[in-house]
Amino acid sequence: MRGIAFGRTRTWLLAVALFAWVLLLACPRPALGQDATHPAGEEVILATTTSTADTGLLDVLAPLFLEKTGITLKPIAVGSGAALELGERGEADVLLVHSPEAEEEFMAAGYGIERRTVMVNDFVLVGHAVDPAGVAGASSATEAMTRIATAGAAFISRGDDSGTHALEQRLWKAAGITPQGDWYTESGTGMGDTLNITAERGAYTISDRGTYLALRDRLGLEVLLEGDPALLNIYHVILVNPDNGRDIDTAAGLAFLEFLLVPETQAVIGGFGVEEFGEPLFTPCADGCSVLDLEATPAAGTPVSSS
Amino acid sequence: MNDLTGGLAEAGRLLFGGNPEVWEIVRLSLRVSLIATTIALFLGLPAGATLALVRFPGRSMAVGAVYAGMGLPPIVAGLLVSLLLWRNGPFGAAGLLYTPAAMILAQALIATPVVAGLTMAAVSALDPRYRLQLLALGAGRLQAVWWLLREARLPLIAAVIAGFGAVISEVGAAMMVGGNIKGETRVLTTATVLEVSRGHFETALALSFVLLGLTYLVTIALTLLQRRADPARS
Repeated sequence: MRGIAFGRTRTWLLAVALFAWVLLLACPRPALGQDATHPAGEEVILATTTSTADTGLLDVLAPLFLEKTGITLKPIAVGSGAALELGERGEADVLLVHSPEAEEEFMAAGYGIERRTVMVNDFVLVGHAVDPAGVAGASSATEAMTRIATAGAAFISRGDDSGTHALEQRLWKAAGITPQGDWYTESGTGMGDTLNITAERGAYTISDRGTYLALRDRLGLEVLLEGDPALLNIYHVILVNPDNGRDIDTAAGLAFLEFLLVPETQAVIGGFGVEEFGEPLFTPCADGCSVLDLEATPAAGTPVSSS
Repeated sequence: MNDLTGGLAEAGRLLFGGNPEVWEIVRLSLRVSLIATTIALFLGLPAGATLALVRFPGRSMAVGAVYAGMGLPPIVAGLLVSLLLWRNGPFGAAGLLYTPAAMILAQALIATPVVAGLTMAAVSALDPRYRLQLLALGAGRLQAVWWLLREARLPLIAAVIAGFGAVISEVGAAMMVGGNIKGETRVLTTATVLEVSRGHFETALALSFVLLGLTYLVTIALTLLQRRADPARS
C-alpha cells in the first residue's frame, strides 16, 4: 500500500502544479510589451460593420489610435444592425456604422449622444456581364431593381440587417416592390460570401465598393450600375449614451470619435487601399465632402453619369 | 489543385517568412485550447468517473445531460458565455468578454462534456470485478477510483484528444466571445474566417494547413503518450 499512497501524493502534486500553471497562463499578464505604453491599460470597444474589418481598414487604424492615445481599440465586427443593438445594450462604447435610417432611430431614442460623418464610399450593383435583366442600361438604382424583379432574374440579398441589406430594402421600397419568389434568395452571410454565391449562381447583388474591389479578381462579376446618389454609403461614428448600461467608457469612446475626425486620420482613410486595389476604398468626409452634396439632389430618377 | 499547392506554399511562407503575426496566432490558439482542455480534464474526469461508479437519484438524467452536452454547438456555448460576461450581465464587472480568458471559458464548456462522457464510457467498460477486487484488497474509495482510472488510461487519453480536437477546431464560440481582435483574440479558425471574407483564399487555405498541422502534432504527442501508457507495449 505504500506504493499506492506515494503514487497518490505524487499525482496530487502533479495536479496542483498543472492547475497552478493553468491559472498562471489564464491570468492576464500586465507589465508586458504593449502595456508599457499605456499603464492604465484602457480599452475601448468599437462595434462596427463587417466592411471596415473585411477591407482591413481597422487593422491600420487600431495601432495608430493606440500610439496617439494609449487606448487599445477592440473592434467587434458585426453587421450594422447588430452593432446598433450592442450599443443600445451598452455592450460597446462607440459605433462605426452605415445604416442611416436605423442610426437616426437610434439617436432619436436617445441611445447615442453624438453622431458624426466619418467617410463615404458607394454601393454598386454587380452581376454577370451577360446581364439578363438589362440592368446596365437603367437610369437609376430603383429602375434597375424594377428590371431585375420584372425579369425574375436571380438576386442574392444579404438578409442580415446589415447596412447593405438596409440599403437594398430601401431600394425595393422606392421601386414599390416586395421582393419574393424563386428569383430572390437571402444568403444570411457577410458581403464576401454573398458575392461568392452571386458569382456561382450568375445572379445580381448589391455590394459596397470596397468589398467588391477586394474580391474582384476571383469573382468574374461586373459593376453594372454605379453613381446613383441613392447608392451612397455613408459611415457615421456614434458615441454610445453612458445611460445605456454599466461601465460604458464614454471618455475612451469620445477619444476614438475625435481620433477618426482629425485631419491626420482622415488622410490615412483617404489613402487606404490605393496600394492594394489601385484606388482608395473610402473618401474621408469629416468636414463634408463633394460627394455628399449629391445627396442633396433628388435621389430617385437622377441619371447615372459614370460607368 | 493550384489553389491547394498555392495554399501549402503560402503556409510555408507565413510560418518561415519571418511573419511574427502568424506565430502569435498559433501561440494563442494553442494556449487557449490547451488550457481549455486542461480545465475540461479536471472537471470532466471526476464527473465522468462519478457518473460511472456512483449510483444516485437523478443519475440517468445527468448521464443524458452529459451525452447531450457532447454535441453542444460551439455557438450556443459562445452565446451562454457572452450572456454571462456582458458588461450588463452577472459577471460583467470582471471585464472578461473579448479576452482570451472568455475564449478559454467557452471552450472549456464545450470540451468538459466530451471528456466527461468518454471518461464515463471508459470506466463503465471496465470489468466490475476489478473494482471489487481492489476494495477487497483494502483500497480506500479514492484509491480504488485512482486505480480504475489508471486501468482506463488508454481510452482516457483518447478522451483528451477528442476534447482538444473539439476546441481547437471550433470557430463559433471563439468568434463570439473573443471578437477576433487582432493581436489579442485572433486564433487560427477566426483568422481563417476573416481571410475568406476578405477574399484572401490562399491565406485562408494556408492558415487551414497550419491548423491541420498543429492538430496533427498535438494528437501525435498524445498518441505517443498513449503508447507509452499501453501495458501491452512496455
